[in-house]
Amino acid sequence: MSYPAILLALALAVAALFAASLMVGPAGLPASASLRALFGAEGRALVLVMQEIRLPRALLAAAVGAALGLAGAAMQGLLRNPLAEPGLLGVSAAAALGAVVALQTGLAAAFALALPVAALAGAGLAAGLMLAVAGPRGGTLALILAGIALSALAGAATALVLNLSPNPFAAAEIVFWTMGSLRDRAMSHLWLALPFLALGAAMLLTARRGLDALTLGEEAAATMGTGLVRLRILVVGGTAALVGAATAVAGAIGFVGLVVPHLVRPLCGGLPSRSLPAAALGGAAMLLAADLATRLLAPERDLKLGVVTALIGAPFFLHLILRTARAEA
Amino acid sequence: MRPPRAPPAALALALALAAAAPAAGGAPARVVSLNLCTDQLAMLLAAPGQIAALSHVARDPRASAMATEAMAHPVTHGGAEEVFALAPDLVLAGTFTTRATVELLRRLGVAVVEVPPPGSVAAARAAIVTVGAALGREAAAAALLAEFDAGLARLAAPPGPRPRAAIYAAAGWTGGAASLSGEILSRAGLANLAAELGLDAGGYLPLELLVLAEPALLVLARPYPGASRAEELLTHPALAALAAGRPAIRPDDADWVCGTPHLLRALAALRAARDLLPEAR
Repeated sequence: MSYPAILLALALAVAALFAASLMVGPAGLPASASLRALFGAEGRALVLVMQEIRLPRALLAAAVGAALGLAGAAMQGLLRNPLAEPGLLGVSAAAALGAVVALQTGLAAAFALALPVAALAGAGLAAGLMLAVAGPRGGTLALILAGIALSALAGAATALVLNLSPNPFAAAEIVFWTMGSLRDRAMSHLWLALPFLALGAAMLLTARRGLDALTLGEEAAATMGTGLVRLRILVVGGTAALVGAATAVAGAIGFVGLVVPHLVRPLCGGLPSRSLPAAALGGAAMLLAADLATRLLAPERDLKLGVVTALIGAPFFLHLILRTARAEA
Repeated sequence: MRPPRAPPAALALALALAAAAPAAGGAPARVVSLNLCTDQLAMLLAAPGQIAALSHVARDPRASAMATEAMAHPVTHGGAEEVFALAPDLVLAGTFTTRATVELLRRLGVAVVEVPPPGSVAAARAAIVTVGAALGREAAAAALLAEFDAGLARLAAPPGPRPRAAIYAAAGWTGGAASLSGEILSRAGLANLAAELGLDAGGYLPLELLVLAEPALLVLARPYPGASRAEELLTHPALAALAAGRPAIRPDDADWVCGTPHLLRALAALRAARDLLPEAR
């Protein structure tokens, strides 16, 4: 399949899953009525359900999934390590910590943008720290161990902040911040995340030629005129913006950034510049599918998105570790 | 079993109790309550000086209908060691919480009376009788019951239309027909949307079902300080749009979490809201 055909196929999958996402809900509305309601041509209650409840959920699933797929592909490109992923490296957990701090200190209530900004700061710190600890080349063991440590630290701090909250419901929401959910999100969440998602995507797409050059090695990339410092700033900053904004509204969702780039990379000839847009589309499709699964498997239970992505992603991760270990042996 | 006391200490205790409490024959003199609802029943029924300690939640005005009264009593955080050190001769506990504490206290020989969380007005009346008997205050319990029953009779809804109401609390929790809040709703002359949707004991009501049902009255929860996603749902634009077209009331949570006569305040608030509905005429 040619590259444009792959992108087209992925885009069609996203469109189909997006439509399915709009059609699934506890009310079990007929498709034709839901479609008319989506465009405002039905009773007020039905219009509210479609425009204010189902539409933001579907849009957020697509946007958050695309952000996670793109961020994973870019991190794997920068670290030249197939196991690099925002969830595994603790970037998502640190973003969740930033978001929780912004919410529980009242900062987010006073100033709405504080929520994504704090999550972005958490994600940025974690991604920067990761680069410093694991080194630019990102040795697998150092990378994974540093990720475990950072995830544990951020997770513990998140639990601490939520346990100390005066709100009796906050502590029960540790699972939301570590597993993610899109239940009952509103358009306001999308508007809050979208500017940062756009900024992050633009930064990573700017970095794609540099990432291509980096596949030949740092020296080769330098001789080709790629500024490595600028490249790192673009990728770390872009990843932080994407993961920060996504986590601020949907919680930490793992494995999307690991699974999707791996599936699309062989189809795209291994070049980051080509796999980045494909990973974004693939990520959107995966998260839309995962969110559909949460609603079809346990409609009344608010099954967490991270549960579904981990059920798919964790065995995949083990498979990748084995393959990497064999390649390194 | 209380550890034996040295005579002077026992004398001092006896004097202190004689000053404070009308020492009824066999009535416990040092009662510790571990549960918000038994705290309130103890405060309503106990003789002066009979309460040794309440749970710390009793002082939280958002959860406790008697937070001010609770300030006059010591509180514990419900740990077995903390409670045992108070040398109680009776411990009142709920059946759901502080399980480990209750087990441990029983093994240490402390008398424990467990009161289930009220699921109905009948259960609330039974709890008043149980706690009254345990405290040796049967007369006080009978008086409280009479007052409660009079209030229920006074506030009983007249026969007539029953407009639909929906309880919507944090995370979309709603009380069904077989719950205390559901029964209060029904006694106020309202039809419960949860029952219509088959949520008998209560459960999570999906926002889209609430929006589509368009109930005549929304009964919403008051938010706690701090932030939570569960309560963020109560500011969802779809709910706000729904609430714009109909009345919404926010009864004080503390009034109807426990089966005490404070339920009458929640019932009165719901009755008043119901009587104002055009659907009720």
